[in-house]
Order: sequence, then structure tokens, then C-alpha cells
Amino acid sequence: MAHDDHSGTDIAAASSDAHDPLVSPGTALVVADPFENPGFPPHRPRVTDTNPQREKRAQRTVTVLFYLSILGSVWAIAAYMLFPIETNDMASVRTNNLLIGLGATLALLAVGFGVVHWGKALMADVELVDERHAVGGTEKSRVAAAQIFADANRESGFSRRTMIRRSLFGALIAFPLPAVVLFRGFAPQDKDPVHLLNHTMWKKGTRLTLDPSGAPIKAADVTLGSAVHVIPEGLAEMTEGKLEEKAKAAVLLMRLEPSALNELPERKDWSYSGIVAYSKICTHVGCPVALYEQQTHHLLCPCHQSQFDVANHCEVIFGPAKRPLPQLPITVDDEGYLVAQSDFHEPVGPSFWERSA
Amino acid sequence: MTRTKRRTGRRHPFVFFGLLLLGLILTGGAYAAVSDDARARASVDANSQHTIDEGKKLFQANCATCHGLQAQGSGTAPSLIGVGAASVDFQVGTGRMPMAANGPQAPEKPPQFTDEQIAELAAYVASLAPGPVIPDASLTSGGGDAAKGAELFRINCAMCHNVAGAGGALTEGKYAPSLESTSGTHIYEAMVTGPQNMPVFNDLTISPESKRDIITYLKYTQENSSPGGYALASLGPVAEGLFIWIFGLGVIIAVTVWITAKSN
Repeated sequence: MAHDDHSGTDIAAASSDAHDPLVSPGTALVVADPFENPGFPPHRPRVTDTNPQREKRAQRTVTVLFYLSILGSVWAIAAYMLFPIETNDMASVRTNNLLIGLGATLALLAVGFGVVHWGKALMADVELVDERHAVGGTEKSRVAAAQIFADANRESGFSRRTMIRRSLFGALIAFPLPAVVLFRGFAPQDKDPVHLLNHTMWKKGTRLTLDPSGAPIKAADVTLGSAVHVIPEGLAEMTEGKLEEKAKAAVLLMRLEPSALNELPERKDWSYSGIVAYSKICTHVGCPVALYEQQTHHLLCPCHQSQFDVANHCEVIFGPAKRPLPQLPITVDDEGYLVAQSDFHEPVGPSFWERSA
Repeated sequence: MTRTKRRTGRRHPFVFFGLLLLGLILTGGAYAAVSDDARARASVDANSQHTIDEGKKLFQANCATCHGLQAQGSGTAPSLIGVGAASVDFQVGTGRMPMAANGPQAPEKPPQFTDEQIAELAAYVASLAPGPVIPDASLTSGGGDAAKGAELFRINCAMCHNVAGAGGALTEGKYAPSLESTSGTHIYEAMVTGPQNMPVFNDLTISPESKRDIITYLKYTQENSSPGGYALASLGPVAEGLFIWIFGLGVIIAVTVWITAKSN
């Protein structure tokens, strides 16, 4: 369809003969007074067309680029051999990757730039119009296509043999069912997911232990201004489902001046001489909130900058979180170790559909 | 094409710059050697009454305006009774104290006192009440388990200081500083004393050996370059994304423009 007329005045006339010359090929819209085709701008010769020296130079540039590409490929092979990856030496991995990569980059980029430069500066410079096809086929080919469908239907008996057709539909509907059932297997089987989201490992008497060692914490050992990252007793030794439990039960323990704490009346006995424990899971989308500022008593979530005021029962003072961080009621046992009084009194972390509170 | 003779004198024109460079290197090298010497010599007896008296004089001249003549604190500055020598060595040794101006937090700056004066100040403050002491060099010069230190750092420190120790922003102008050039002693002292808004990590929360492991990890990251190539100041995905948006897309656009432009 390409057509090589520099004047460009008879594009429409040169298009498909089956169509009105006023209708632009490829559009269904009939335009009564189309714009007059302005044609091509005047042909401007390139310097490589007019100056033989420049043409020679362009030719040299392209050749050099292709040779550079060869050099890059050879360099990549050489780098692979000269800078091997040594065991236990991360720096050698980097050197190896970097030098092979630079060689391969040079090899590919030089070919690309060379070809484009060749095409732009040296190949024939002519303006031409690449005609579009008309969108619709001819009447003849449409009828032929419809006939193919009709013949296929007649020969296969797709409309006539209803029993076969229905059983085929049934087979196609049944085919994805195993995938649905297999996906169900990813969810907890015999446990209620809502119950799992509502409860954590903490229960009455569970000792607060250090993350990651699992050593129990004495109340007397928590200095004023401390922030301690806490997991429930027994979590460190778990082998199965450890991360699932940790994701819900992680707690940040802080010790403030008792006079700085502004506690709700119903939570008066949830802290122990200025030591408070709050869930580390942000109520926005569940990031670990642990950027604790010991002088301002603010907790910052690094993901979306929600801020919680620990001195004021972790109420939200900035950011997208909607609820305060849940508080873990704590006390000490006979040996002076910090223990939980109960589980959290509300689900930790972000909202979910069945969340009651 | 005519070529005039450039040489006019006996000497090569670059001799001047060569000599200048040599002179600068010699001066700088000599200075570094001497100042290293000075640091090594600054060991004062922290327990002698003379040291404490010298420290008291320094304190009353430089710190008492805010912290009070008896270090009892004031409305603008906390009491220093019981903060210990470690706190003084950290705050004054990193230049955070004396504070140049009120702000969200005291920034690190060149230390305002010599090592000897810092030791005297520390001895005076430590004499007021018992507090954290300056850690022994065996705990602060590395040699621990870097992998264990990395785990502890990720759990206890990385949320503020960045997993590579590059530092990060906190609220309202405060920030966790970069640890990329902080000395082992200052890292240890910061954990023990909890300067400014940093929480305290006492020896029962993170044992001295674990603190040594953390310092070993930080020294490892300070001394080994990132195996993944240029780290973009370890600022993480935001810096990397911005870099690729500006430079990666910029290069692609430039190449596209070049490919489609008509040759000259």
C-alpha cells in the first residue's frame, strides 16, 4: 500500500477504489468538507546528502559503534573470566556483575545506536505515505466468513446435537472447580478465621519476654525511658506458625514517669509503676509501630506517619490511623517478672469486615 | 596550522601545582599524625579529686547556665545528677552539648572541648551520683558476632536508624541520626543512656555482649560497601524510586526524542 509520491496531493484518490474518495480510509465518519490535505513540507536535504565529507564521517561513526559492540561482547566474556565470583566475598559478586553488565550494555547499546544513526543519517531520505487499510472487509469476504461459520455448524451439528452441546458446557463449567477448592485450602481449615483475628497468644499469666531471645523481663530491670521489644513467653521456641503468632502478639513495652501517664479510669491497673505495654501492630494497615520518642512519649508508624501518644493511652494524634493502639494489661508475678493479665481486650491491627468493636 | 612553542621558562607549567599538592599532603598528614597523638594522650585519672575539680570549673563556666550550678537542671535543661560519665562523653564528645541553639533536637557538631576536658567534665558529673560509666574498649571495638548484632539491630534500632544505619526522620523536626561514622564508644553510650528522644537500652534489655555484636554489625556496614552496587545513601525505596523516575525516565525520553528527530 505504500506509495511513493512526493507531491502528496492525491492520497485520497490513491486509496482503496471501493470507497468514496471523500471518506478518509479507516474512519466510518463521512466528512462533507474535509480539510484540504496540506501535503508534505518541502524536502530538506541532510548534511550527509550534501556534504560527502560528513557522509564519510557518519559512515565511520556507525562502523565504530558496531566495532565497539564487538568490544563490549568480548569484554563481557573477559570480565566473566577475569573477575570470577569468589565464595563468601560479596564484593566479588558486585565487581563480577558490574563488569559483565557494562560489557553487555555496551554490546547492545552500541548496536542500537549504530543502527539508528545509520538509518537517520545514511539510509535513503524520502517522505512517503503509508496508506491505512479500510476497517471493514469487502462484502464478498464478509459473506464468505459467515459461510464458514454456517458450514462448520452444519458439519459439526453444534446446534442440532443438543446432548453433546450441553455436556460440553457442563465440562467447561466443572473445569475451574478444582482450582477454587484448592484455593480454599490456603485458608485455616478447622479454625474460625474471625476468632483467629480476634485473639492472640497472650493470656492470663503469660510472661513478657525479650525479642528475639525469649528471656523473661523483670519489672525492676526496665529503666525509665526504656523501650523494649516484647514477644509472649513460648513464642521464641515455636517452630510452626511462629510468624503468624508474632504478627499479632508483638508488643512494645515502655517505662514512663508514672506522673506523666494519663490513664483511663477503667485501665488504672493495666500498667505497672509507669510500665505500659501496647500492641506494636498499627491500627491503620498493620505496620510495626516502634519509633518511640522517650521525651515526647510519641510513637510514630514509619509507613504512613500515624502518631500515637503513649502518655494518653496511645490515642491517635496524627495520621491515617483511626483507633488507638490496643493496650496489653500487665502486672508482675511472684518472682517479679512482668506477666499479662489477659489477652488484648480488642482485636489488634487494622480493621476487618467482621470486627465487632 | 601553525604551532607556537609553549615552553617559555625552565620549569614545566605543572610543577607549581605538583609542589602545591605535595605541600598540602605533607601538612595534612603531619596534622593528622599529631592530632591522633593528642587523642591517644588524653587519658586522665577520672577518680582523682584534681580532675573532678577541673571538671567542676569547666561545668560552671560552660554548662551551668542551663543545667544549674549544682547540675540540678532548670526549666529548659534536664538535671544531670545520675546521668553518668557515659552520658557526658556522648553528649560533649559528639559536639551535641553545649547546644548552639534551641531546636527540636541538639544536632551533632564538631566537639567544643578537648578529650582531656571532656574526661574532666565526665568525672565531675559522675562524682555527683552513680550512673552509666564509659564502656571498656573491649566492648566497643567490634570483634563480636555481626550476624547476631544485625538481628538485634533490626529488632531494636532499625525502625528509627534505618536498617543500614543511615538514620531517618521522626516527628516534628526530630530525627534519628546516621550511624555511618559514629564511633563504637558513642554507639554504646547512646544505647546505655538514651540521649534526647532515643529510648534507653540498658544492660538487661540488651546485654553488653549483645551491644558489642550490634557495634560489630555497624562497623561491618561502615567498612564494607553495599554488595548491590551504588546504595544512594541507603535511603531505601523512596530515594531509589526518585532516582529512577528522574534519571531512568529522563534517559528514555532523551533517547526517544533522538530516535524520532529528523536527522540534521
